[in-house]
Amino acid sequence: MRRLLYLLPFLLFIGVGIAFYLGFERDPRDIPSALIDKPAPTFDLPAIPGQMVQGQPAASGLSSAKLAGDVTLVNVFASWCIPCKAEHPVITRLSREQGVTVYGINYKDKPEDALTWLSRNGNPYAAIGADQDGRVSIDWGVYGVPESYLIDRKGRIRFKHVGPLTPQVVEEQILPMVKHLRQG
Amino acid sequence: MIPELGHYALVLALFVALVQSVPPLVGAATRNGAWMNVAVPAAIAQMLLVLLSYAALTWAHVVSDFSVLNVVQNSHSAKPMLYKVSGVWGNHEGSMMLWIVMLTIFGAAVALFGRNLPPTLKARVLAVQGLIGVGFLLFILITSNPFIRVIPAPIDGNDLNPLLQDPGLAFHPPFLYAGYVGFSMAFSFAVAALIEGRVDPAWARWVRPWTLAAWSTLTMGIAMGSWWAYYELGWGGWWYWDPVENASFMPWLAGTALLHSAIVVEKRDALKSWTILLAIVTFSLSLMGTFLVRSGILTSVHAFAVDPKRGIFILVLLAIATGGSLLLYSLRAPTLKAGGLFAPISREGALVLNNLLLSTATATVFIGTLYPLFLDILKLGKVSVGAPFFNATFVPVAIPMVIAMVVGPYLSWKRADLGAALTRLWVAGVAVVAAVAVTAYVKAGSGPLLALVGIGLAAWAFVGSLVEFADRIALFRTSFKNSWNRAVHLPRSAWGMTIAHASIGLSILGMTGTSAWQTESITAMRPGDRASVAGYEFQFDGVGLVDGPNFKAERGTFTVTKDGQRIATLEPERRSYSTTRMTTTESAIHTTVFSDLYVALGDPTQNGTAWIVRIYHHPLVPWIWIGGVGMMLGGLVSLTDRRFRIGAPERRRAAGKTGGKSAPLPAE
Repeated sequence: MRRLLYLLPFLLFIGVGIAFYLGFERDPRDIPSALIDKPAPTFDLPAIPGQMVQGQPAASGLSSAKLAGDVTLVNVFASWCIPCKAEHPVITRLSREQGVTVYGINYKDKPEDALTWLSRNGNPYAAIGADQDGRVSIDWGVYGVPESYLIDRKGRIRFKHVGPLTPQVVEEQILPMVKHLRQG
Repeated sequence: MIPELGHYALVLALFVALVQSVPPLVGAATRNGAWMNVAVPAAIAQMLLVLLSYAALTWAHVVSDFSVLNVVQNSHSAKPMLYKVSGVWGNHEGSMMLWIVMLTIFGAAVALFGRNLPPTLKARVLAVQGLIGVGFLLFILITSNPFIRVIPAPIDGNDLNPLLQDPGLAFHPPFLYAGYVGFSMAFSFAVAALIEGRVDPAWARWVRPWTLAAWSTLTMGIAMGSWWAYYELGWGGWWYWDPVENASFMPWLAGTALLHSAIVVEKRDALKSWTILLAIVTFSLSLMGTFLVRSGILTSVHAFAVDPKRGIFILVLLAIATGGSLLLYSLRAPTLKAGGLFAPISREGALVLNNLLLSTATATVFIGTLYPLFLDILKLGKVSVGAPFFNATFVPVAIPMVIAMVVGPYLSWKRADLGAALTRLWVAGVAVVAAVAVTAYVKAGSGPLLALVGIGLAAWAFVGSLVEFADRIALFRTSFKNSWNRAVHLPRSAWGMTIAHASIGLSILGMTGTSAWQTESITAMRPGDRASVAGYEFQFDGVGLVDGPNFKAERGTFTVTKDGQRIATLEPERRSYSTTRMTTTESAIHTTVFSDLYVALGDPTQNGTAWIVRIYHHPLVPWIWIGGVGMMLGGLVSLTDRRFRIGAPERRRAAGKTGGKSAPLPAE
């Protein structure tokens, strides 16, 4: 019996080791979405309280009506999320240099924190909806932040990326997809 | 030519490492002195070769040799010299080189200074060190060779990630790695002891200084990382519970436990197999830290170098090192003789409690960090675990730990009187009540209730540790001269403990202060505008353009006054690095020891005449890092204790007064 106790650390380690090994086969960013090719959920989110647009308080937030028309990227972010900070330059470049309209859903955030974050890092979003209680994000099937959804011209979700966007994902997946969807 | 020399030296180091491990192990088993002694010159030769190799890589970076791929990917001819040198370890390949440099320096130190170690133990320790070296040299040569050439050579390099071009971060990895790798000594000693089948106080006396040295540098490394995060990454946050931060924090927690349980082995010959297990676990957590950072298995902001192939290799290393040693442990640990008995209320009992709480804390962080991975594998869904989890689970374990930390040193070995110990702590109790009362009065109920707990805890840890020290030197109970004499003659380990424990109080003070009472102002400011934060007036004088070596910057100028008196000029910057096309924010900080004034320059507003400016007042925040430095100093002071110095026991024996075996010096 006592010997078994001494064997315990070894057995625990085997378990952890197997988990690590299996971890390689799973991409932490690869999450199935039941919503692919389905219309984006209907929603109407207010602006972040206190947000200013060109010196005026922001009149509207983000709603499903805004999504139709052009191919757009919806990015779910929060000021408390460190990977969001990491992907921010990528999002900024996507919206300012690569010509993709990016909308933001600010997930479970305090308004003052979100505004601080945007003023510090810059605001690449064409419009932002504040999802303070996370209800709308549930409809979108958000697992965690950050997540990004590519919406086609008819307002359908065509692609989902979990975790921070990297230049590689943008170059290899998002931009080709945007090009394809704009033609189609 | 020089990179090839470095490459060659690295390959040679691999074979020398094999010589350092195999013959000595055989020699120790067959009691063959000559075979065992091979380990000593081999360890020194391995260090020299690895240093040579590292110097060659540094040379390639310093002269910007863009025919070397590693230099192309991580350097730029316009990069300042400091970052050319620190850029060597700022990337994956180079950081692994630094790892092995540290490893071989530790190995050579045992070879050179371990003269009075029993020969078989010494041979086995060096052999295990050699085996770790073999693993990592293979890893570098097979998956992460820094000496690969590119033909044709590009004209210039890609530059280092600008976030890493910072003096605070430049010296963060060497400290961190010295800590990680330092724990390999404890590991090697543990495995050697398991092979020998013998653990005694002399063994513990050998393990403790290495662990202390590793722990001190790791403490410094973590403090520097947190300081960097404070002024570069965030808006005054100093700890994010990010997987990579946790990866360095887990070995620190386990190492702290090891540090304390080794005392029990040394003084009382008890807790032996537990201490061995801790030594294995601590180093395994260091290895796992390397694995988590390099594999990309968890998503993290620190994912600067991520490659699954390398992750698999490190996983195999981890399986051999940890799996092998734990298997050895399960076979040999039951045969270790149990040592001295003790009552639950005793110094040993207090150290066991410390170990239980620290292990629980380690397990908490471990589970929080890896939970998303486990759930994912079991197909139970994807989650991310954030700061709320850690704050909710770690803090309740940390609070009793700090309370017990102060009481423990009052308890005597074997059996103690808790009531008597607590009575002697009345001064600390008064300090806690006073601190909480004053805080509650001054802050008049602002800030969470937990802030008062934090202030009380800080006072308890700081005053309690000093009171214990005063008690030892009989301050106010005898003449001042007498107390002074006692203080001078107290063992350095007692000094070290007081410094380290009191410093924890200082850190808690800083953490509480900034979490509870920071104030901020975020406004669009035009040149000439004023803002007022926490009684300080900030005047915005304007923004100028500055050219740096590899960046362009907008630099704002702010004049800070208080009651009409000029306090400081702060110059925050927004830098854009042309090569990597990244922007970094360099906040400007004025510190008064009791608080920090923190200014950061944001985006210009739409019409370009005003800038978003964020001004923060962080009360007490510098004490977090003052406490961190204090903990490190405590460790270093303890390291100078007479009993760790080479030959100290020998000289005592030679003096012939004590006679017999090299008895440990009494601590009290």
